[in-house]
Amino acid sequence: MKARVRQTQEEYYRGVPTVPYDLVKELAIALVATLALIVVLAAVLSSPDVKSETVQSWAASDPVDFVTTATGELSGSTVSSQYGPPYNAGSASVQGYGFFSPQAWFGVHQAVDSPNDFVLNPLKIAATGNPDLAGALDTYNKADDKTRQGWLDAYSKGLKDAQADPSTGSFTVAQGDYGPLPVMMNSLLKQAQAGGLDGLLLSQGGFYQTDYTRPLLFMGDGGYLAGLAEGQKLTGSQWGMMNETGSYPGQTWLWLYTFWYQVPPFAGSSNADLGVVLMMTILSLGLLLIPFIPGLRDIPYWIPVYKLIWRTLPPTAGSQPPVHPEPEPAPR
Amino acid sequence: MSSVPSSWTARARDYLDRRLPSSNLLPERQPYYVGSWVYVFGVVTIAALFWVILSGIVLAFFGPQWWHVTAVGRFFNSLHFWSVQMFFVFMVLHLWGQYFAAGWRDGRAGTWMVGVVIFLISIVAAFTGYLSQENFDAQWIAVNAKDAMNSVGAGAFFNVLNFGQMYGIHVMLVPIAVLALVGLHIVMVRMKGVVKPIDRSAKVGK
Amino acid sequence: MDSPAGYLHLGIVLISYPNLIVIGGMVVLFAIALIAPFHGVGTKEGRR
Repeated sequence: MKARVRQTQEEYYRGVPTVPYDLVKELAIALVATLALIVVLAAVLSSPDVKSETVQSWAASDPVDFVTTATGELSGSTVSSQYGPPYNAGSASVQGYGFFSPQAWFGVHQAVDSPNDFVLNPLKIAATGNPDLAGALDTYNKADDKTRQGWLDAYSKGLKDAQADPSTGSFTVAQGDYGPLPVMMNSLLKQAQAGGLDGLLLSQGGFYQTDYTRPLLFMGDGGYLAGLAEGQKLTGSQWGMMNETGSYPGQTWLWLYTFWYQVPPFAGSSNADLGVVLMMTILSLGLLLIPFIPGLRDIPYWIPVYKLIWRTLPPTAGSQPPVHPEPEPAPR
Repeated sequence: MSSVPSSWTARARDYLDRRLPSSNLLPERQPYYVGSWVYVFGVVTIAALFWVILSGIVLAFFGPQWWHVTAVGRFFNSLHFWSVQMFFVFMVLHLWGQYFAAGWRDGRAGTWMVGVVIFLISIVAAFTGYLSQENFDAQWIAVNAKDAMNSVGAGAFFNVLNFGQMYGIHVMLVPIAVLALVGLHIVMVRMKGVVKPIDRSAKVGK
Repeated sequence: MDSPAGYLHLGIVLISYPNLIVIGGMVVLFAIALIAPFHGVGTKEGRR
């Protein structure tokens, strides 16, 4: 390796003719041109803004899905309730390849207690002045695990065939041994449909809130949000990462990131996220280190696009002289 | 200079004068071979970034709900949205151009690498921006992206469901990083000058 | 612009027309930049 002596521009450009070039004017023109383009696009096309869903809109639009999800939170069958780090001590969503599982290593840092946070605590609050609900909660809390699980399994099964009534926002389930669950779930549903749950899920713990972990995990456990997303082709298996609501361009620069989710071995794998992040980390490192990677750094020579970039001929003898005169190298 | 100045200030100034004299920082001339529209992509990217930041400043000033409730706010959000699109379009065109020009030659590998880091951090900027929209898109992106973050352990301290965190990172931390790196990138380009055409410089590895 | 976008579905590839326009536009722009004659900024009569 030869020692690199820092070369001045004077030395580097010795013998290279120069031409006048106004960098600041170029920047000024670029600023004006881009502003014009952006203003026209903004004025004509505006920007996407599909209103956020709420626990209220979810409960109103799909009461059966809402109650099914709430029941699942109690029985521990939802994604968030069994997730694992960083939310809780579960493991169903912990990804890893053999011993390599950074998700497990980092542990629980955003503690979420699904049955209590999403169902039982809000119901406890709603039970104030509501003896029926208070009684139902009492029954639920005093029952042993086996009895409770029996009610939850039966109710979940019954909900699969539940009929929703769009005009009232209520639903009916076939008769069964559900214990206190119908009273609890109908109360929770009414609470949600009245808009009481949104704020409650947020404000557990304080006045000021900017952390939407609880309501988003709860909504994510259901099928409502995902159904809306699928309609807009925003889900993972629809190249969703690249897409935007409406007819707007999305994040086209994520094309390669979302591509991996569509192909084996990542498509459908429970470790897809970890695998794709690792893949993209390696590829990003590759992009970073192109100057040092034989083959990759030689493609510009093999595919000579450069011949188009540098087809400008040097200025003729009558024009500006080179800054540092030297015999002109032979033309390309 | 016959003697080394003892003042730190004078030494700093001399160092800067040597590494980047103002005649190189703002030259009036360029090598004749700077004669392709491909060379324009870099400065257009900077121009787009300028409008991204300016529109972002207005959005930040009026708060994250403003653009949902006023027409002027919506217009500024649109300016921000389209300037981001333009920024990525021209940044990638600039990347393509520099790749096919093998712009890392002649000691310019560092410039290339800083550019790639800017690209990657810009993706983080866009990501946190989309999470800050406070609309359905933001909700859905958060609910999905959390799994990728969690899978590598980042979810423990980078919570995409936490609007406050994402918003603060988006409006302050990432822009500082982007601006610092873009400044460095420009300084590096001006320090070394535009790389010579492929036929006129050392070939592989330098 | 708020109605759902149309999509091109070719085998495994599923891309929205807006995204396709952006990417296609970029390729076209790059090609034009390579081919179009360039006139210097700040030179008195452009390219000599």
